[in-house]
Parts: sequence; structure tokens; C-alpha cells
Amino acid sequence: MMSRNLIFWLIWLAGTLAVGGYLSAAMIYQGDRSHFLIGETTSGHHQIELACNACHTKSFSDINSIQKACMNCHEAELKVANDSHPLKKFRDPRNADRLATLDVTKCVTCHTEHRPGLTQPMGLTMPKDYCALCHQNIAKDRPETHQNLEFTSCASAGCHNYHDNRALYEKFLEKHAAEPDMKPAPLAFNYEMERLPEELGGLKRGEPLAITAADAPVAVKADARLLAEWQQDAHAKNGVNCSGCHQLETAGDGAAKDEESWIKKPGREVCASCHKNENKGFLEGKHGMRLQPELFVSEGKAPAFLQKLGLFKKQTLGPMKPELARVPMKETAHGLGLSCTSCHGKPEMDQPKSGKAEGGKDKARAALKGAHDFSVAEAKVEACLSCHDSEHSRSYIGSPHHKLWQKEVAGELPKGSGVTCATCHMPRQTIEDEYENFITIVTHNQNDNLRPNEKMIRSVCAACHGLRFSIDALADDKLIPRNFDGKPTIHIESIDWVLKRSLKKEEEK
Amino acid sequence: MSSSSASSHLKLLHIEKEIVMSLIGIKIGRLMLGAAVGAGCLMGANIASVSAKTFEPQTVTDMLHLVLSTDRTIYTKKVVKRLVNKHKVIKASEFYEDDKALPLPAQMFRFGSEAVADKTDAFSYSLLSLWPINKQNAPKTDVEKKGLEYINANKGKNYYGEETLGGKKYFTAVYADIAVASPCVSCHNGHKDTPKKDFKLGDVMGGVVIRIPLD
Repeated sequence: MMSRNLIFWLIWLAGTLAVGGYLSAAMIYQGDRSHFLIGETTSGHHQIELACNACHTKSFSDINSIQKACMNCHEAELKVANDSHPLKKFRDPRNADRLATLDVTKCVTCHTEHRPGLTQPMGLTMPKDYCALCHQNIAKDRPETHQNLEFTSCASAGCHNYHDNRALYEKFLEKHAAEPDMKPAPLAFNYEMERLPEELGGLKRGEPLAITAADAPVAVKADARLLAEWQQDAHAKNGVNCSGCHQLETAGDGAAKDEESWIKKPGREVCASCHKNENKGFLEGKHGMRLQPELFVSEGKAPAFLQKLGLFKKQTLGPMKPELARVPMKETAHGLGLSCTSCHGKPEMDQPKSGKAEGGKDKARAALKGAHDFSVAEAKVEACLSCHDSEHSRSYIGSPHHKLWQKEVAGELPKGSGVTCATCHMPRQTIEDEYENFITIVTHNQNDNLRPNEKMIRSVCAACHGLRFSIDALADDKLIPRNFDGKPTIHIESIDWVLKRSLKKEEEK
Repeated sequence: MSSSSASSHLKLLHIEKEIVMSLIGIKIGRLMLGAAVGAGCLMGANIASVSAKTFEPQTVTDMLHLVLSTDRTIYTKKVVKRLVNKHKVIKASEFYEDDKALPLPAQMFRFGSEAVADKTDAFSYSLLSLWPINKQNAPKTDVEKKGLEYINANKGKNYYGEETLGGKKYFTAVYADIAVASPCVSCHNGHKDTPKKDFKLGDVMGGVVIRIPLD
């Protein structure tokens, strides 16, 4: 008979092998690796932290492959931001000594992940006075303005950013120094964009369609409300028939369709086949990043017998849901999986498990709405506020910006006068498409101009407000939660310094 | 070290081989081929006649400099000076994006240098000065300092040296950057960050520094 000790040893050994084997297999087969998460991720990445491959493209990724992963997602935006410290500036060997002190050619030098204890705003994990490592002579070079300033204050709101200084560079401050708080004709940028392009995703814009032209199967056409909504919507008004979204293969031949090939609820992919830029932005931002097609929790590459046992099956991240957010969200919105229709149309809710979402406001919104009610106006405010519950969101109702929107809706003010959530967070902007044409789109990456918030100055604020006012307002951290219900109470002196220096240099001439 | 040739020689592959060589991974031989093509008028010879030659680093930097300075002069005269001064249809501005203007010749030069740095580490070049508007463009290394002082004091001569940066040995050449057009002078003299306000046409305003790794 085995001794008790031996039995314990064998149990310990079997347990160790089982756990070790499971964890090794998880690594090898790229299964669920949540056990390996070494620390809370930053707010930028927390939604995709279980898709290890997003950053760790190889097992035991070296710093270069991590850097490639950073650039894979962030390179384009840095280019648009006219990055003040682009990598190419530091490749010259004359910067070798600087790189030895601070290797700025690697994003992780300043933005290390999984270090919650060190992480500061903007995901910075570097002591704030890092500018001094290269710019220690600034007080000597700019004695008029920079003497006795702390190196921890360089990146204070309204002065400098490491990457994006489009609204903060000296000449720009000087040029716009005299602007009043409110510009004479305050209208949002690109507000006049009403019509879609002539062609979207291969579908040409057509003449408006009558209800009788609807090419849905007979059984579907029995729903008069659906048809009426469709006819009032931008789709029918631009010649997009039922089959355009519900029967992609045979779209456009005008004949009534059979029910076999009918897609009852076309998903985001169908929308994306025409609305490419909107989909791209959605997938880049906090609303859609979890749906990036290459991301997975578990790749599903394990041998079939393991998958039959329920191990390492393919698992994606699934859509973002309000309950997963780190910013305050309404409990009534829990269970909403974010896709196009969450904001445009009838939101898809999970079946309530605990009864929490039952009877909730958002469920009520979902029940009230028709499937073809793609109201753009609703997506600008109501859709946002059905989930978002921060002080800033709650304070929007009744704020000066909201009052302008109400007046625009009531027809008391011209189009473009109102300021909605979308006006600031999903602004209309002109971008260069893949054919090098300049097109105006609604930015569907709500994170695009959010941080640092000076990014908003040129994309949003400058349409209505002067530069001085904008810089001060965005730096006032008491005013932001109150959703800009008054004038800024703090003042950033950067413009004053620029004017002072300019005057002095003029006198010296 | 000044005006002397470097001790190490760079072996140039046969041009014939270079032509069939993969386009991926630029090597020094290819760069020299590029420089030789660009500076074809200087060489006064067809490519085949340089095929078997071994170039010294100084020859390579001289050829590179000729291409760089020629392109820059052509941009200055045929684009900027013509459109800004003669036809008066557009301005040239440091903030060309916001001002919807032409980039300054010095900026064009820098953009090229940064784009090249993004593509290869087989050579690098920069535009520095003893009187820089942007202080980041002041000389940093001993060779840069000596070089800029040398070309300033010895008009018409270049400076060649070797230096070790980040553990790597480089052949470094410094060429005078001369004020070739009146806007160079007026803009620098009038800029609020300039440490020198009395540049004249024909003056040495700075230097082009070209580096080739020797290891």
C-alpha cells in the first residue's frame, strides 16, 4: 500500500502537470490567457486587454514587434496630428546620445502597459519632467518667458503636448490671439453636409423610391410601419431599395424577393459595405474597437479533441457593452451590445438575466423605435445620453450648448447653430480617402479628439470660439464636468507670453 | 583630419549585380548607384564605366552632397523664387500647411532627410548651423562643431572627419551652406529666434552634414 505521503506527492504532481499543461496549452494555442494578465491596463486598452495578440503579436514579443503593434493602430493618427516628435526625427545618429537617455523611438518608453500604479493621464508612465532630458536649455533660449518654470509644467493644459501641437504652436497663438470669446457667426464646421456622395460602396445614388417600389417579400411588406419608416429614411430617399440591405446578392433588380435569401436583421457588415469610413472610425474608437476582426480572446486553433472538451474554443471579444466601460454608464443601458443600430435605429438589447435592465429607459427606447428609424438627430444626443451618465453628460441638458441645439431643432436658429454631443465628440471633418480625394465625413471614432483635449480646439471649438477662450475653457477642470455652463475661471498665459515676446523682438529690431 | 580622406574604404558592389539586387534593404552600393545616376552630369560618364570602382566614403558623401544641394537650389530657384517673387501667385512659409503656402527650401531639405532616415540607416544627413533658428539644429558633436567652424573659416573647402556615435563609427562630411538667394538672408535676419542678424548673400549660413557608418 502506498504511503500517505506518496499519495499527496502524486496528487500534487498530477495537479501541477494539469495546471501547467493547461497554461502552456493556452499559450501555445492562443487560448484564453486572462490568467496571464499582469496588471490592469490603461483606459485606452482595457477593452481589448483579453485580446493579447493585439499588442503581443508573437509569443514573447520583443520590443520591436510591440512597437509595430503600436504603430499598426496609432501611426495614422500621429501623422494626422502632425506629430511634433515623430520617430523619423530621431533616426539621425546625431541623436544617439539622446536615445540612450530616453529611447523615444519606442512608444512603450513613455507609455508602458500594465502599470496601473505608475500610469498618469494620457497613459504616461514617465516622470512628468521628461522634457528636461532634451530641452534643459529652454530657460536660456527663452529667457523672456520660460525662466523659473518647472519642467513638470511643460505639458500643463494649454502650453505644450508631446505629440499634437496643432493648436498650440507659437505662430498659431500669435495669429489668433485677438479673437473674441464668441465669433460673429458661430456655426459648426461642415454642418452643411446634408447629401451623401454620389456613390457609396459601389451603390449609386438613385431617385427617391415610392412605397409601391419596395422590393421586399410580400410577407415583409405587410408591416406598414416598416415601409413608412423606410420611405421617410435617407435610404429610400436616395434610391436604396429593401434588397440593397436585406438581399445583397440580388440587390437592385427590382423584382420582389423570395424569403429564403432574405436577411431579417442585416448586421454592421452590411452597413459597412456602403458606409466604409463610418465603420472604420467606429472600429477605431471606444464604441467599436472590440469588433476589430483580427482580435480574439481565443484563436480556436487548438486540436479538435481539446475544443470538443470545451477547451480553447474560438472566442472573440464581442461588442462593447455599457457595463464594461470605466466611465459612468446608466444601469438601464446594461446589456446593450454596441453596433450601428445602438445609436441609429432600434438598439439590440441582451435578454435581461437579473431583471436589472427590465423596464429600463433604454429598453423602452428600444421597444418604441421602429427598425427603420435611423434618425440622425437622435444619434446626436438622445442615443448618447441613453448610456452615458457622467457629470459632464448629465450637465449637457440645459447647458448653453444644449439650448442652442433646442433652438436649432425648433427652427429658431439656423442649421449648424446647435451644439450636440456629436458636434464635439464626433465632429464632421474633411479627410483624405484611399483615392486621395478629400471627403467630408462624420468622425465615428469618438475618441479621436478627446485626449489631450486641446485636440478639440481646431476640430471643434474654433468654429464658434476664439482661441484664448477655447484654451482656457478646456484647461478649466471645474467647467468641463458642468458642461461649460459659464465662462472659464482660470487663464492659461501662453498667448500673453507669445505677444510679450513678439513685442520685445519688434522693439529690438 | 580636415580635408583628408578616411582610412576605411567602402567596397562597392558591381553595378551589374546591383541592378538585379532586391529592392528591399537599401545598401550603400545602391545608394551610390542612385547618387551616381543623380549626379550623372557631374560624372560625365555612363554607369557602366564606374562599375568596377571602389569608392572612398568621401567620394560618396561628395556625390550625395552634389545631388542634395543641386535639388535644393533648383527648388529654391525654379519653384519658390519663380512662384513667389516672379509670378507672385503663392507665398513660402514655415507654416505652409496653415498658410496654404510652399514649404521653405530648408524645410524641403529636412523632410527629405527625415524620409530618408525612415527608409535606411546606410547614410544620413542634416542641416546645422552655428546660428540656428531652432536651437536643436546647433552643432552637438565635436566633429559637427569643428566642421562648421572650419567651413566658415575656409570658404570653398569641405570638412571630413570620423566620429563614434552610439557605439558606431561614422565618416562625417560637412559642406558649407551658402546664402544663394535674397529670401534666405532676409528671412533669417528678420526671424525673431535668430542669433545672427547680419547675413549677406554669399555668406556661409550653416552646413550640410552627411554621415556614413563605417562599421
